[in-house]
Amino acid sequence: MKDINIIITDRQGIKHEVEAPTDMNMNLMEVVRSYELAEEGTFGICGGMAMCASCQCYVESEHELGEMSQDEDLMLSEAFYVKDNSRLSCQIFIKEELNGLKIELAPEA
Amino acid sequence: MIKTDILIIGAGPTGLFAVFEAGLLKLKCHLIDALPQAGGQCTEIYPKKPIYDIPGFPEILAGDLVTNLMKQIEPFQPGFTLGERAETIDKLDDGTFIVTTDKGTLHHAKIVAIAGGLGSFEPRKPPISNIAQFEDRGVEYIIRDPEIYRDKNVVISGGGDSALDWSIFLANIAKSVTLIHRRNEFRGALDSVEKVQELKNLGKIELITPAEVIGLVGKTDLEEVVIQRGNDMINRECDHFIPLFGLSPKLGPIADWGLEIEKNAIKVDNSLDYQTNIPGIYAIGDVNTYPGKLKLILCGFHEATLMCQSAYQRIFPDKRYVLKYTTVGGVEGFDGSKKEAPKAIVKSID
Repeated sequence: MKDINIIITDRQGIKHEVEAPTDMNMNLMEVVRSYELAEEGTFGICGGMAMCASCQCYVESEHELGEMSQDEDLMLSEAFYVKDNSRLSCQIFIKEELNGLKIELAPEA
Repeated sequence: MIKTDILIIGAGPTGLFAVFEAGLLKLKCHLIDALPQAGGQCTEIYPKKPIYDIPGFPEILAGDLVTNLMKQIEPFQPGFTLGERAETIDKLDDGTFIVTTDKGTLHHAKIVAIAGGLGSFEPRKPPISNIAQFEDRGVEYIIRDPEIYRDKNVVISGGGDSALDWSIFLANIAKSVTLIHRRNEFRGALDSVEKVQELKNLGKIELITPAEVIGLVGKTDLEEVVIQRGNDMINRECDHFIPLFGLSPKLGPIADWGLEIEKNAIKVDNSLDYQTNIPGIYAIGDVNTYPGKLKLILCGFHEATLMCQSAYQRIFPDKRYVLKYTTVGGVEGFDGSKKEAPKAIVKSID
């Protein structure tokens, strides 16, 4: 198992290249929180259950992320600032195939 | 005015358990919560989700945990001010506090314990540029009195239970109800979806999907909403626009109480008792921060326990309290109830 690199553009438009471990069962929301790339209390509010859309992100690279669950899909149907490439970062699990993933955090809503 | 020993702001698991620990010390508690029911996030966001890290419960639904906590604190007869947000705090000369809610309810307490989790839950507002100017002038995020919609043209936006339920309810009161959702599918209970379909067929609800409200028009009060459906723009006359997109936690007025705040959380002295920089005000559970903080329900329970011990010492500085175990001392409720371990049967042997 190895760490992968992810490029995250925060809500201020600043790009961060971060390393994320593939052996800790982490999701992308937890990576963002662990690097403190979003203000505390504004990101991943439901804790990663796809029950709020506070961790919405836009996927900017061509990585294969797998299909959305119905929970994720329906949550995004009620979120704001949704685009075609919107995903809930709590539903994206860190694995080797995601090396080089590029995302942008959606605005706080 | 409501009087109590400890006023707990936030009726989530940590706040509720604080009632139990205070009760063991014969301290009376009253809780304030902005939500209309106790339970905090557990009830509001994920009541049907299992929690696996509550000691002694290999698995428990969040809603059931709250039900159990409510049962556990029953003997201590806590008071509740629900559906109101703690707005201001005043410290009196004798060191006690007056906390006033947004509805003007006054609470007098010797100790204030903030157990506000991530903050008070406030409606999520859609990103429509001029929405603030129509708030209470035709835009409402919460339905308080359905009668104000009688014989009015109402537009509701959202795809969850609230949007469906209120559309159904107002269909029999309002002059017209238009429900707008970005998808054709709804996230609510199947029964509600079917009922909306039925009312749509009867012409009592107009459904516009997939669409969203992107603009509001009016001189002083709301007169029209602008709806985008694909490339079409629809202007719809309406008296009320009700966006129902759920709730989002905000620290709210607590942030202005003079407490030391760090990263949206209240700094406390974790080496001692979870007291804030204002003596007599404590912060426990997810709302506080200190080196090594973990936002876990079980950590909130621990913090509540220590807070109550400290509160007791603050209220009774001359009394010496000795920690007692419930297995030894039992639980004596304020309602006269007493739980205690059954006595061993002693029989003589001839």
